Amino acid sequence: METLESPIRQVRVVLNSNYAVAYAVRDVDVDVIATYPITPQTGVVEKLAEMIAEGELDAEMIHVESEHSALSAIIGASATGARVFTATASQGLEFMHEVLHIASGMRLPLVMSVATRAISAPINIWCDYSDLMNVRDSSWITFIASTAQEVYDTIIEAYMVAEDPRVLLPVIVAYDGFWMSHTYEPLYVVDDRSYVRSLVPRRDRVKLDPLKPVTMGSIVGPDWFYEIKYQQVEAMKEAYDIIRDRDRDVGKALGRWYEPVETYNIDDAEIAILTYGGIYGSLLESVDKLRAKGYRVGAIRLRLWRPFPVNELYKAVKGLSTLIVVDRAISYGASVAGPVALEVIATLHRMGAGLDVVNYVAGIGGRPITERDFEGMFELTLKLSRKARELGTLYWGVRGVSYE
Amino acid sequence: MSWRELPIGGMIVEPGNSIARKTGDWRVFRPIIDQDLCTRCLICWMYCPDGVIKVVDTPYRTSKGRVWSFTLEIDYDYCKGCGICAEECPVKAISMVEEVR
Repeated sequence: METLESPIRQVRVVLNSNYAVAYAVRDVDVDVIATYPITPQTGVVEKLAEMIAEGELDAEMIHVESEHSALSAIIGASATGARVFTATASQGLEFMHEVLHIASGMRLPLVMSVATRAISAPINIWCDYSDLMNVRDSSWITFIASTAQEVYDTIIEAYMVAEDPRVLLPVIVAYDGFWMSHTYEPLYVVDDRSYVRSLVPRRDRVKLDPLKPVTMGSIVGPDWFYEIKYQQVEAMKEAYDIIRDRDRDVGKALGRWYEPVETYNIDDAEIAILTYGGIYGSLLESVDKLRAKGYRVGAIRLRLWRPFPVNELYKAVKGLSTLIVVDRAISYGASVAGPVALEVIATLHRMGAGLDVVNYVAGIGGRPITERDFEGMFELTLKLSRKARELGTLYWGVRGVSYE
Repeated sequence: MSWRELPIGGMIVEPGNSIARKTGDWRVFRPIIDQDLCTRCLICWMYCPDGVIKVVDTPYRTSKGRVWSFTLEIDYDYCKGCGICAEECPVKAISMVEEVR
């Protein structure tokens, strides 16, 4: 068994991202898990059920009748001070929607994993990011991981961030359904679980306690509601700096260093391609191939979706002439249909960065995005020149659509 | 008070503070008890959803000379004017009078 000795003993294992979530949830020692199965997430809670049955994890598992109940159940458990977890995808995340806002509004440090998947109709169980992008405005801190290793590390980081008394917001850790949830990769997990627990110490917070009663989620009228929602605005802002600190803590503790915006070959690049999730690996391959052809091209990955890393993105794109944003969801009828592209354009406008942003939508409903696709998008962008930007969004690979 | 001082998430961290919220100003109609007609049956006291009908130890002599050892009074700081007491009163001793502000 290969091990990583520095800075503590870690064991190299082969897991898919669903199991990587379960290992991390076990290692942070959660108290209550609510489960409702949905493809492609089900492996997470199956593995956790197994861990509880084997006595590896001492947690209460609640089998609920829907995702709406799953989130509601862990809201209740979290309100009593418990460390909680649930997982979902697609229709399940949609069905939770109103409860997502209640969780964040009640300022409960929940952690949930989302194996991203398309939304019906027509029924499609494969990967895109329509589910995640639909819950953008629910005040959940949102990470998008790109490897099973990062999934494991980010679940641990998620508890560090969520339970920080300056934050107290719920966290989603998202990753590609199937491309990652069912694909096995080598990764390191911590051998001594008490070490992981020491990274996420239990902290005191206001909770439901019969000896010291409080009311949570009570009615608030027009006279104070705005101020209470503004607390969330500030908590989200504050969370950004705390996430940066925890990125460094994770780096020191586990030897793996994460940035909200990751870059590759960006220093001398004229054009960069930005995307998120598991397809970043393919993007790196295509950047190498395009570099070999003589193009000065780089890659950017968005790891943190909420709070949005404004300054890091601006730093990453400075000096580029064109940024290609490859989105994996559609905002129907929008001026620019890619949700991340919209955010990127708003950020660059705000920061006064004068560069062209070209938006592609790709991979909808699980259609593969290969190195060849990224190269194709790059070449089409060069060919169309300014027209690419003016089109708003280019729907890559749709039969019957042509931009030439 | 700004957003900074409010308890996080609008939580109510001091139990039993509803007494501080006087709900009497919600009232549009004010219930008034005719102490002469009232038979002290306590049905209003039982039905009042806000518990604002008080039994006080003040004796009362009716115009016909009958003496009651106690009186019923309404706590207008909290009475919302729902009118349930007037509806339930078997002798119609409670009338609802429009509030004038």
